[in-house]
Amino acid sequence: MQYFNIDSLSMIMTAVLAIVLLPVIIHSFIYFNDNSAPAKSRLIYFGAMLLLTAALFFGYISSHIAMTWVFTEVTTLAAGILIYRHGDSLALEAVWKYVFVCAISVTFIFIGILFWSLAMMHCGCTDLSYASLAQHSAEMDPRWTRLGFLFIFAGYTAKMGLFPMFTAGIDAKDNAPSPAAAILSSALINLGFVGIFRAWSVVSMGGCATWGRALLITTALLTIFIATTYMVRIDNMKRLLAYSSIEHAAIVVLGLCFGPVGVTFAILHLIMHSFVKCGLFLHFGQMARIYKSKMMSHMGDYFNLNPFGAIVLLLGLFSVTAVPPSGMFISELGIFGAMVSSGNVWAVVVTALLLTVLIWAVVKGLIKVVFLPRKDSLPALEPVRIHWAESLTQLLLFVLAILIGYGCPAWLSDIVSQTASMIY
Amino acid sequence: MKEILLILFIITLFALAVANRMRNYVKILLVQGLLLFAMSLVQLSDITVANLVWIAVETLLFKSVAVPTLLFHLINKNRITREAEPYLPHFASLAITVCIVAGTFLLAGAADDGVISRMTFVAALSTIFFGLYFICSRRKLLSHLMGYIIIENGVFILTLAVGNTMPFLVNLGVLLDIFASVLLLGFLAGRIGDVFKNTDIENLTSLKD
Repeated sequence: MQYFNIDSLSMIMTAVLAIVLLPVIIHSFIYFNDNSAPAKSRLIYFGAMLLLTAALFFGYISSHIAMTWVFTEVTTLAAGILIYRHGDSLALEAVWKYVFVCAISVTFIFIGILFWSLAMMHCGCTDLSYASLAQHSAEMDPRWTRLGFLFIFAGYTAKMGLFPMFTAGIDAKDNAPSPAAAILSSALINLGFVGIFRAWSVVSMGGCATWGRALLITTALLTIFIATTYMVRIDNMKRLLAYSSIEHAAIVVLGLCFGPVGVTFAILHLIMHSFVKCGLFLHFGQMARIYKSKMMSHMGDYFNLNPFGAIVLLLGLFSVTAVPPSGMFISELGIFGAMVSSGNVWAVVVTALLLTVLIWAVVKGLIKVVFLPRKDSLPALEPVRIHWAESLTQLLLFVLAILIGYGCPAWLSDIVSQTASMIY
Repeated sequence: MKEILLILFIITLFALAVANRMRNYVKILLVQGLLLFAMSLVQLSDITVANLVWIAVETLLFKSVAVPTLLFHLINKNRITREAEPYLPHFASLAITVCIVAGTFLLAGAADDGVISRMTFVAALSTIFFGLYFICSRRKLLSHLMGYIIIENGVFILTLAVGNTMPFLVNLGVLLDIFASVLLLGFLAGRIGDVFKNTDIENLTSLKD
């Protein structure tokens, strides 16, 4: 097949998609049983989930720049359907914003592809597969390469959740049913990463590598800054989780800029983030059933209401803030190490300062939910029993992330470092 | 001939900048569709009949008939006020458009290199940037959609530059245009219009942090 090729990156991403999808489907059934939705909307939801999975899979394994783009576009349609709920005007607003911003970002990617095709015409080649682009990257006209990469990168930021196009994804994850939000903030972010990774693997080999690195680092630091400023004053737990996703996406992009070590840890970070964030969004589904609210100020006393769930939530809280015993602590440390050894101590200092504020923001909100009693002024809760087995899937996802961090098996590190060799 | 069409296209941008009725926007978009068809006839010299039919469907049938009809229908159905209600006065709008076109001319200083002519580059990029400006400066959802269609028109000019050597990119661009426009238009016509009776973006500001 000319347009599809299974390489180490697509293997990793497909495996992550498969692992994440199983709990998402289980919790989708729980969500619909709880909401007693009509059969038609169930049908549409699971149809859209299948479409999204297929588009993600084909997007991962595309070896042609236009194919990745086509399947990125299909994910917009599928995600739009997943977010929509009949008769909910907030969800409608979120779908409109998401579809509109994604339509523009997908157009940007296409403009970038056109610029690269101009650059390739200079080299007398019309094959736009990644292999051919990488082969010609040294001879491509730097003006077109830069302009093209700028547009492609800006376009994929909508899917990966980076500055400037992250806003639509935040609203989408806030309003989607929590199992859908779980897959949007794990597997869909990975598709954005695949698009950026493959474009960057072309640029990093040519003459524009220094310029591209500056672009990526600036975007990543700006994204972390924005995530931090929003997260300190946020009350909506789903939005908090969504902003934490863009923070981790930015750290992954930082890792891409600092040699093979940085790329290796960036990919590990992305894998672990997919598991952890998927688990947290799934767990939020249970909290929403107990509290009937997304606001953390309406929650509290979680440890008494759902003891096993509270322990799982605490483990997820440590995992997502990258505090030991989180596996993401190891990958963040590796990325910081790569940054220091390449002489960018200032970037480490800035990132670490922002991350400190960010960890405080997340921990402050969630610890209150777990341990402090609910405010007396709030209306009393209807007693809802959550079976402990429902939290088991999240626990497994968090434990998997810890295992990858502290005992990464040799075959996995082989595949990841093989992927890193595609860039450096 | 090609240059004349491109210059005419840039003039339509200035007309969009100062037009003050929703219906006039739609009429200008219709003219843009016809100009794009003329451009593709002039520019795509070695092209198969099948491709030509495909491009004619896109520019004539879709851009000049289907989309304007649907837009007129939406304007009538939702009883949208006739005034376009931009955030900025016409003079400022015109000045910004001049800046966009002049800026892309500067950017294009080095572009004339045999693959793409400077005029094509200027027309395409200034249309894309004008579309973004149009989205930011207009109040109605429908004009946001028109801004998106303007961006797509800019992309179409750009695809024509590579159309002779890589025709599949032209086809992909056409598919993108039809897919996204139908998605957005259908969604706006079918859902948003029913829930929000008045399609101002002021209705869509309840999602915030």
